[in-house]
Amino acid sequence: MKRSEITLRCHKIVGGYGEGEALVSHEPICFYLTDPKTGMVREKSHELEGKNLANKVLVFPSGKASSVVQIDGLFKLASNNVAPTAMIVKDVETVLVVSAVIAKVPLVDRLEEDPFETIHTGDFVKVDAEKGIVTITKRVSGYTSA
Amino acid sequence: MLNGEVGEGTRMAMELLVAIGDAYDAERMIPITRAHAASSGQEGDMYFVELLANGDASCRVPTSTNPVYDIEYFESVFEIPKEEAEVARRVKAGYKQVGAILSWCCIPYIAENIPNYGEIVAFSESSATPYVNSVIGARTNREAAQSALAAGVIGKTPEYGLHFKENRRGTFLVKVEATLEDEFDYTLLGHHVGRQIGYGIPVFTGISRRPITEELINLCAMLNTSGAISMFHISGFTVEAPTVEDAFQGDIPEDKITVTDHELKRVQEELQTTSGKIDLVMLGCPHYTLKQIGEVARLLKGKKIHSDVSFWVCTSATTKLLAERMGYVSVIERAGGHVVADTCIDEPCWHAYRDKVGITDSPKCAYYRRFKEAIVAKPQDCVEAAVKGERR
Repeated sequence: MKRSEITLRCHKIVGGYGEGEALVSHEPICFYLTDPKTGMVREKSHELEGKNLANKVLVFPSGKASSVVQIDGLFKLASNNVAPTAMIVKDVETVLVVSAVIAKVPLVDRLEEDPFETIHTGDFVKVDAEKGIVTITKRVSGYTSA
Repeated sequence: MLNGEVGEGTRMAMELLVAIGDAYDAERMIPITRAHAASSGQEGDMYFVELLANGDASCRVPTSTNPVYDIEYFESVFEIPKEEAEVARRVKAGYKQVGAILSWCCIPYIAENIPNYGEIVAFSESSATPYVNSVIGARTNREAAQSALAAGVIGKTPEYGLHFKENRRGTFLVKVEATLEDEFDYTLLGHHVGRQIGYGIPVFTGISRRPITEELINLCAMLNTSGAISMFHISGFTVEAPTVEDAFQGDIPEDKITVTDHELKRVQEELQTTSGKIDLVMLGCPHYTLKQIGEVARLLKGKKIHSDVSFWVCTSATTKLLAERMGYVSVIERAGGHVVADTCIDEPCWHAYRDKVGITDSPKCAYYRRFKEAIVAKPQDCVEAAVKGERR
């Protein structure tokens, strides 16, 4: 298995440190449509349907859905210790910021490279929001993600 | 403040506002004069308000609250699971402890917490954000319940977005050719336009009669439910749009949609999802005004609601008091209906109707799907269906 490490600067929104296997979604995410006990995505015909976001570094374009359900959704995942360990997004808005603060999940945006080109599901990612640094360890071959 | 010398609750509130400021590259915090927190009685809401309350935070500016539900009233009518009622009680106690205005109302901008033109505020809740921006000309960004509460506690908000005049200009022209006769037509218009354009600031032209309060409330609620629209202009009628040029602050864009009677009729047909026997009628999403409750009382006077149908009107405590004084509540109750204060249609108190067919005048209410099937129709048709026990 070939490995290589990439370090990118990013913009901190919610501080902290989180690491884990990357889970990439090209579609917006509504945390209310996940199983609060396991972190399994159960939104019908979502590209992550059936995948588990517990303890992953979640890479996605933006949040969606009303503030009430979104915040409650991420809060319940965090209460059950199945929230993502960090979140990397492209478009951020107030509801996602509030969700991350309340669930205490580090949140960053503005990576110096397009996260959807640089990060793939299964890569190992460290997000140091305080320092504004994301480190990606690529897993190029012989790997398929759960 | 971030270092905690003011107490843990205030520090949390400040941390939240700083994170939002970072997200939008705000350069500074600016004072607000009032806030509205879209409290909801969910666990995430309870967690945050208790965190503030237990950390000795208290509101520095008037901060009103959204409906949860009237626990005692519902406990007298249905079985409410103990754990559910406990969450609602704790949410209410939390907001009381931080010194919020206990309005439990989703349209506080007409009675309990009214901004003036030009005030900087932090108003969450779907109809409230566009109403205070567009109709009143106060300035608020799109807020979550917790960011609005945090702003109320700190008395400040990060400066960005709709605080700046240049960000309040129209982005999309909506030519209205449809005839808008009543508040339900404005509901259909809002539902249609919100869905069509999604986000941005629509500018409506072609509206020839000054819309009344109830029509504007419905337009706001639907634009911000089927879309994410925090502000709009109605040329000739809303405060920042004496003319269409004013609304766009200059050039009128090419992008436009035209709304005709045909489109609104199609939306109405689409919302009539089923017909036949109904089990309940749900009015008051957003909360009904005194005028709307008076109209329901007029339609129900001397009539009986069908014995198989539950009939509910949701409103604020303020309005219910006046409606009692005016005799409207007793007319509706004599006909077999309920007028309930402090309550939202999207709360666990409605469990009993999970498998029932309902009719409502609000697509927003139907969208939350607290019951099996929800037909959307004009208010007078909802009342007629209540009496007959069916919708044709």
